[in-house]
Amino acid sequence: MGERDNHPTETAETPAGTRDVPAGAGPEVTPEQRDLEAALGLSVEDMSAENPLRDPRDKRLPRVAGPCVLVLFGVTGDLAKKKLLPAIYDLGNRGLLPPGFSLVGFARRDWAHEDFAQVTYEAVKEHARTPFREEVWRQIAEGIHFCPGEFHDDGAFDVLAMMLKEIDETRGTGGNYAFYLSVPPKFFPVVVEQLKRTNLANAPEGVWRRVVIEKPFGHDLKSARELNAITSGVFPEKSVFRIDHYLGKETVQNILALRFANTLYEPIWNRGYVDHVQITMAEDIGIGGRAGYYDGIGAARDVIQNHLLQLLALVAMEDPTSFDADSLRREKEKVLRSVRLPSDLSLGTARGQYTAGWQGGEPVVGYLEEDGIPPDSITDTYAAIRLEVANRRWAGVPFYLRAGKRLGRRVTEVAVVFQRAPHLPFSSTDTEILGQNALVIRVQPDEGITVRFGSKVPGTAMEVRDVSMDFAYGESFMESSPEAYERLLLDVLIGDPPLFPHQAEVELSWMILDPIEEHWAASGRPEGYPAGTWGPPSADAMMARDGRVWRRL
Amino acid sequence: MTTFNLTDTTASKISATLTQLRHQMGAPAVGMVLTLVVVCDEAGQYDAVRAATEAAREHPSRVLTVIKRDPYEPDRLDAEVRMGESSPGEVVLLRLYGRLTEHADSVISPLLLTDTPVVAWWPGDSPAVPARDAVGQLATRRITDARAARDAVAAIGGRHTGYLPGDTDLAWTRLTSWRSLLAAAFDRPTGPVRSGVVSGAAGNPSAPLLAAWLSERLGIPMELAESDGPGLTEVRLTLADGDLKIARTDARLATLSRPGQPDRRVALARRPTAELLAEELRRLDPDDTYGAAIQWLAKSPTS
Repeated sequence: MGERDNHPTETAETPAGTRDVPAGAGPEVTPEQRDLEAALGLSVEDMSAENPLRDPRDKRLPRVAGPCVLVLFGVTGDLAKKKLLPAIYDLGNRGLLPPGFSLVGFARRDWAHEDFAQVTYEAVKEHARTPFREEVWRQIAEGIHFCPGEFHDDGAFDVLAMMLKEIDETRGTGGNYAFYLSVPPKFFPVVVEQLKRTNLANAPEGVWRRVVIEKPFGHDLKSARELNAITSGVFPEKSVFRIDHYLGKETVQNILALRFANTLYEPIWNRGYVDHVQITMAEDIGIGGRAGYYDGIGAARDVIQNHLLQLLALVAMEDPTSFDADSLRREKEKVLRSVRLPSDLSLGTARGQYTAGWQGGEPVVGYLEEDGIPPDSITDTYAAIRLEVANRRWAGVPFYLRAGKRLGRRVTEVAVVFQRAPHLPFSSTDTEILGQNALVIRVQPDEGITVRFGSKVPGTAMEVRDVSMDFAYGESFMESSPEAYERLLLDVLIGDPPLFPHQAEVELSWMILDPIEEHWAASGRPEGYPAGTWGPPSADAMMARDGRVWRRL
Repeated sequence: MTTFNLTDTTASKISATLTQLRHQMGAPAVGMVLTLVVVCDEAGQYDAVRAATEAAREHPSRVLTVIKRDPYEPDRLDAEVRMGESSPGEVVLLRLYGRLTEHADSVISPLLLTDTPVVAWWPGDSPAVPARDAVGQLATRRITDARAARDAVAAIGGRHTGYLPGDTDLAWTRLTSWRSLLAAAFDRPTGPVRSGVVSGAAGNPSAPLLAAWLSERLGIPMELAESDGPGLTEVRLTLADGDLKIARTDARLATLSRPGQPDRRVALARRPTAELLAEELRRLDPDDTYGAAIQWLAKSPTS
């Protein structure tokens, strides 16, 4: 019974009101405390200390967002229909949405609330991950609102502000709003300005206002800073959530678990054992209907700047002091700051553009023949770069990053390739076909981890060959892992930022990529590669100069 | 689903059959994460195996079902091995006769997966001290279900006498969504709670357990009231300025009311056994909160 004596709630005979700290008396935080907590990376919004029903030992209780409204700009887009609306339903189905949670759609459509509810219903039916349940739908449907209007229309935003006020009263959402800008960046200034004008961006004491933006975060350092100036002029940095949906994926978060929860890998996770690292994001699709966005952007800006550099940071970073947002970001920033470009950019980078060819059994057109692409476009649809991380752990270990469209198949992975054993006590013929050990983190599809190592082939001869050991998420855990957007939306509503890149990371990434893009812009046309192959010959030549090859995927 | 029957057999023959079947299916090393031992009788076997197989979709496991048959028959072990291409994991039904009914652990221990957790589940009758039971001793996590007892309320009220860390009860698991909703309601300051009432159908073991948890956490006495059900129907907490109330009458959709705020509806469906079991298997460390709640329940029976 010893532990009972320490319990703050005393015994059943003591009325709760007589205790020194009445339950839920509200956080009385002095400015000094706030500063201290901020410095220590603690959150003053952390209510668990005051909530008598929460207990860190009680691990069954999920983190549930507080009452709030999610305002979605761009509800008619593909992302909203395929990912965001279904993710909201899935969160509700898992019991993670607060009672009263409301969703407001904003778009240039002549819709009533019911029409938007119908659109949501269809999106949920078609794309939700979890089974459809009537009671969950009813809970969500009650909170669905729609605000028709254009971004330039002051009246529409005045209506939105009034609508939100009304929702606070009818649904008890307490003035907490998250604004999700699922719109092209060119609309950011006007939307953010409208939010400022209508005073929606300004959070009164005790409530929060957050803004969620999607990549691209600019197309170079200058534009990224301009974009940031727009949001940061209105929202404080801690209220800006930049979504890089890769960081919401289970496997990507698992990189941290793999590295920092195990003893097996960390001792060899350095230049003493690692030969090089390959980070690949290959897509089998072309640009589809995204010509307007993609042309002039290209593979490097589209995915290397954000996804692949984030993966590099997670693989290469030192262990953070804790897993809160500040410590994680600090370590990631350190890695990005240590990244060094190849001294000769023409030798350490490669780019390509797909030409007509056969992709997975179908004839497909080349990039220049795609709808909406100018015939003289020099946009890279394939990009490969060789980077180094200049610190004690990684000096001399190259990180090869490649991304491309219309490649052989769709795969994203991080492969840590180890050095050959320093001495092989076998004859050279025995180990002729033995490759290098590798640890591969498969990000998509088929999330999991593969370890490749040498093993004796059964028989009387001593022959050693590569075999692989496999861990698949689908086999050892869930039937289906939560979608990245589910996790990230929940984090936005809770206000938990570790999985969102900070502006400093965005800027550092552009500092890495800008010189390469400038070099490419000045060196004429990219090399062609037939669709369905693994990129241009120059990418292979880049590896060959280092005596290495790309992994065959 | 491939089914393979072995009559009058031994654990090593079953083990060999499992290995052989897995090779035949072309998946010699599936990533099974735990062994689930289900102890039940023939009547409860079908539902228990069905729930366990469904839970295994989230937690691929070897499910060993122990069914005790007539103890006066000659000693004998019959086994039924099931393996499906569509479902991960394996199911073995073990039927024990004669003196073997007292030595189930001797059959089970050679069949446990190496170096992974073992969970025991009694969907029906359970031993007084699960951790001291022959099968329970092999397990790190022991799941009982008070609702299956003849007097379910008495069963949950007496759980703490046989409690050891690692025990848990499905009457507690059924409360998670209620507790989650209540905890979320307290994420915003509510002021002190003066008193409270939990209403549920007569004989529902979850109602006194929820009352005990609230009483323990909030430091207030809680009352129990009987309702027509189904299951738990209402939690009412009296605050300085009114009642915070969660009411559910249709076992699907609840209404949350709090002073000065509009009523809100929230999905709060009763969950099938497979989902409860899957939740249990998600965390295999001792559930201290459950331990504290049953202790509180035994100490201060709610009125």
